Amino acid sequence: MELAKQIGKYVTENLFYVDDGFEYDDDTSFIGEGLIDSMGVMELLAWVQATFDISVDQQEVTPDNFDSVNKLADFIRRKQSILVHSGV
Amino acid sequence: MLAQDGLQNNRLAQPDKTALVCGDRRLSYAEVDAMADRLANALIENGVKRGDRVAIFLPNSIEAVIGIFATLKAGGAFVVIHHTVKFEKLSYILGDCQPAALITSAQGVGSKLRTAQESLKLVVLTGSKLCRDGGELGFHWIQKSFPAIRPSVATIDLDLACLVYTSGSSGEPKAVMCDHSNVTFVTSSVIGYLENTAADTVLSVLPLSSGYGLYQALMTLTFGGTLVLESSFAFPVATLEKIGKERVTGFPGVPTVFATMLQMNLSRFDLSSLRYITNAAAALPVSHIQQLATILPAAKIFSMYGLTETKRALYLPPDQVGVRPGSVGIAIPGTEVWIEGPDGERLGPNAIGELMVRGRHVMRGYWRSPEATSKRFRPGPNPGERVCCSGDLFRMDEEGYMYFVGRKDDMVNTRGEKVAPKEIENVLHSLPGVIEAAVVGVPDPIMGQAVKAFVVADAALLKEADVFAYCRSHLQDFMAPKYIEFRSELPKTSSGKVLKRALL
Repeated sequence: MELAKQIGKYVTENLFYVDDGFEYDDDTSFIGEGLIDSMGVMELLAWVQATFDISVDQQEVTPDNFDSVNKLADFIRRKQSILVHSGV
Repeated sequence: MLAQDGLQNNRLAQPDKTALVCGDRRLSYAEVDAMADRLANALIENGVKRGDRVAIFLPNSIEAVIGIFATLKAGGAFVVIHHTVKFEKLSYILGDCQPAALITSAQGVGSKLRTAQESLKLVVLTGSKLCRDGGELGFHWIQKSFPAIRPSVATIDLDLACLVYTSGSSGEPKAVMCDHSNVTFVTSSVIGYLENTAADTVLSVLPLSSGYGLYQALMTLTFGGTLVLESSFAFPVATLEKIGKERVTGFPGVPTVFATMLQMNLSRFDLSSLRYITNAAAALPVSHIQQLATILPAAKIFSMYGLTETKRALYLPPDQVGVRPGSVGIAIPGTEVWIEGPDGERLGPNAIGELMVRGRHVMRGYWRSPEATSKRFRPGPNPGERVCCSGDLFRMDEEGYMYFVGRKDDMVNTRGEKVAPKEIENVLHSLPGVIEAAVVGVPDPIMGQAVKAFVVADAALLKEADVFAYCRSHLQDFMAPKYIEFRSELPKTSSGKVLKRALL
């Protein structure tokens, strides 16, 4: 499954439970639009680490990396790319 | 004095001073006041009258702050609704407060509600390119189309300034009515003990829908400082970096915020500008106070206690933090508190009883709820005066400092939010397959208390994941249970009431 779709599926099924009337796309800010809150970010962090087998430092938990489906997909790709290049 | 006077005075005294920072946007006092004037004129032209409610359903944002002050300038009472509230609760709140206008970013919600909610004369949509479409106006269009002239309204300080919704033990939220004199009194009292001046920059991650978050905006724009408004504490690194970047002097938080901070390596952040930190909503563990005092030696630590019905009631002067770290202090300036026994007698040191609060910060009661009002707000010693029964049990030491003991009811305090178990139980009972449910708070190192639901259910119909999913879709995040335990039956008293103590 394409990465963005996989993330979208997880957050929709586990974090959003969006009511009709709340519209969002892959660039929608999770926090800015109130789709998830700080505990949701922690759940998302745990899921990302477990699912993609990557280690995320607290310093990397930033809006630039975690605040939309597309931002998170880019972040995971970057982390996976580092793992590949470092031969891990 | 009115709640918007501080902003208006600062527009004259220091028009170019930065009043508000939100994301990449920075607004001066002149800009904030002018934007609020423009929105106020739009509200008035579209039918908002003195005393009308204006609902603000937005995340922490510039538009939310402008909406607050615009409502006041239009003579109305604002109602900030937490932006993660689900549609059913939002509908309930709007049906309860009957707003004349709604300010929101959610276009679909705005349109849907405008049809369902007959009181609504106007929906203001932020972040929208919309110009004017029937009863919907674009926030940015308003800013281009209406004059920055202060509206002439006849508000006096006995008029309502805002309604603040709080959890009701019955399961339905109820609104605390706050008039302008309540708001300006408590604003002035808190500014006094925090010793705020125009040199202060306050960073707030607290929602404007809560009293604690709301007053960060009202206070800062009154004392002429700068408010750095964050949408939440979801990204602690970004927030802590901003403290150094903006040279923040005041940082209000709740125990969950400080517990999260203490799990981080704080040495990489420049927190040297902090003059004070405040804690409210739930008690900060003594060990956390001691760690914060070590990490932030230059910052004063204020442990505080309040309830929406009085906004704030107690604060511990920072020079007492080392002496009695478990205390939440004394009455805020200009007010009185005491501990009352079951027969209404004032109790002395070390006896446990209910905290009573007297002063001009005691709000006007609950909106359209005379019965709930008469239980919480009792006549005071002088005619027409109200005393607030806090509903919380306290004890006092020999020097008169107060210590929180527990609640009289079964309200859960999770992540600094008071949650009525009944509200969660109502949702659980509405899930097909649930036969019985009981909700309690259990200790949690980060959240203070975590919500735990005990469910008796038809096993053929429901799995744990179904219950979690249903709760998430019907409750705000902080209310959704962290733990769910299935039981074949719940312990009961002889009269058939669920015995929650036996579940803990």
